[in-house]
Amino acid sequence: MVSILKRSLAIITILIIGYWLAVAMSHVPFGQDKMLVGQYYLNHVKDQTGAINAVTAIVVNYRGFDTLGEVTVLFIASTGVGALLWKRKRERTARVPGSVVLTTGTRFLFPFIVLFGAYIFIHGHLTPGGGFPGGATIATGFLLLYMAFTVYEIPHKGFEVTEGLVGMSYVAVGLIGLLIGSYFLYDWIWQTWHVGTVGKLFSGGFIPIIYILIGLKVGTELSGIIDNMLKEGVSGND
Amino acid sequence: MNCISCINYIIIGIMVLSAVFAVEWRDLLAAVVGMAAVSLFASLLFFFLQAPDVAMTEAAIGAALSGAVFIFAIKRTRRFETEEEEKPGWWVRW
Amino acid sequence: MIEISAYYFGAIALIMIGLYAVLVKKNLLKMLVGLSIMETGVNLLLISIGYINGKSAPILSEGIGPKQAVDPIPQALVLTAIVIGVATTAMALSAAIILYEKYGTLNIEEIRRLRG
Repeated sequence: MVSILKRSLAIITILIIGYWLAVAMSHVPFGQDKMLVGQYYLNHVKDQTGAINAVTAIVVNYRGFDTLGEVTVLFIASTGVGALLWKRKRERTARVPGSVVLTTGTRFLFPFIVLFGAYIFIHGHLTPGGGFPGGATIATGFLLLYMAFTVYEIPHKGFEVTEGLVGMSYVAVGLIGLLIGSYFLYDWIWQTWHVGTVGKLFSGGFIPIIYILIGLKVGTELSGIIDNMLKEGVSGND
Repeated sequence: MNCISCINYIIIGIMVLSAVFAVEWRDLLAAVVGMAAVSLFASLLFFFLQAPDVAMTEAAIGAALSGAVFIFAIKRTRRFETEEEEKPGWWVRW
Repeated sequence: MIEISAYYFGAIALIMIGLYAVLVKKNLLKMLVGLSIMETGVNLLLISIGYINGKSAPILSEGIGPKQAVDPIPQALVLTAIVIGVATTAMALSAAIILYEKYGTLNIEEIRRLRG
């Protein structure tokens, strides 16, 4: 009885919230030009950053400090998963090995998945994608390895070292901009030298460098989250 | 009215329907599959809304990694929403 | 009668369904499923605000000038929010696993009763 009362109260609350949202959104016209700062970015993205993909330029160049904060949040979440699920002795508990189709397909497909992820984050300033989807694609490849083989584990030592080094070099690339007399995360490659032509692979200033770092960071951290979620603590007597 | 131009209405309808199923199914494994379906259709809508970057990210993360993380959690806890549904025969109904 | 676009309607419907799961359901994992659906709805709402009729993706290759592209800022926001979302969801799931190992149940009313 109480549960029916509670449920109907919740439904009434949700309907009121939905009505408010609908009324608010009915004043925001769909599909019409509402850009203010976005138009400025679109007008100046080619000569200010050297990138073609405006989304990438905003994520890395115009709002690079924001992205550094996001990467920090990702690092903290990954560390939190590791800390919450910490046990003295942990191992994988999968008993059923993958079928022949799964193991053979994984052996065949894994290099191509990693290659595709690397392609996505190296070409982030030219094509859709960038560090975040590329890193997620690489993590999906490691997920496939975990699914297929019962004893597989990621190389923990190398992954932790890569994670730390990549995070440090993101800050280091930002600090170089500060050292040459400008602000933190200043695009020192494009603004001072104009390396490369717009539209080719070697262009875009420090966007490819930062996105390679972000791709490696996201890939290693999501793989670490998968590893931590999958391994269970064993209650051994030793 | 041809149905090529109204494909986005169909996809929005399927997306909302799978969201309702994801919330209402009592088998948590099926609910997670419904959630992954919501992410997949949302990624199609992102592509229709001219956001290919977001569509790629949502397809890689929402449909693959998020569902995998939920399935690992279900593997370490229990599969059904309430305790009395663990008995066989219950999983046929919602 | 309010008139809103179909994309707005889908996004608001996803937010409402997720909120219903968070408020009504008692299973912790089901509440997290609802939270994840709500996050997808919010992302869809942001992207559909940035859409402009007849314009194409903000990739300024040949033939696409600055006047023919949609708003890139919501896309840049949502791009990072999705990746952060899965990491924080994984952290919430690990907390749920810890709760299950300690109390042996995922029902939040049971967990509340067992406190003390």
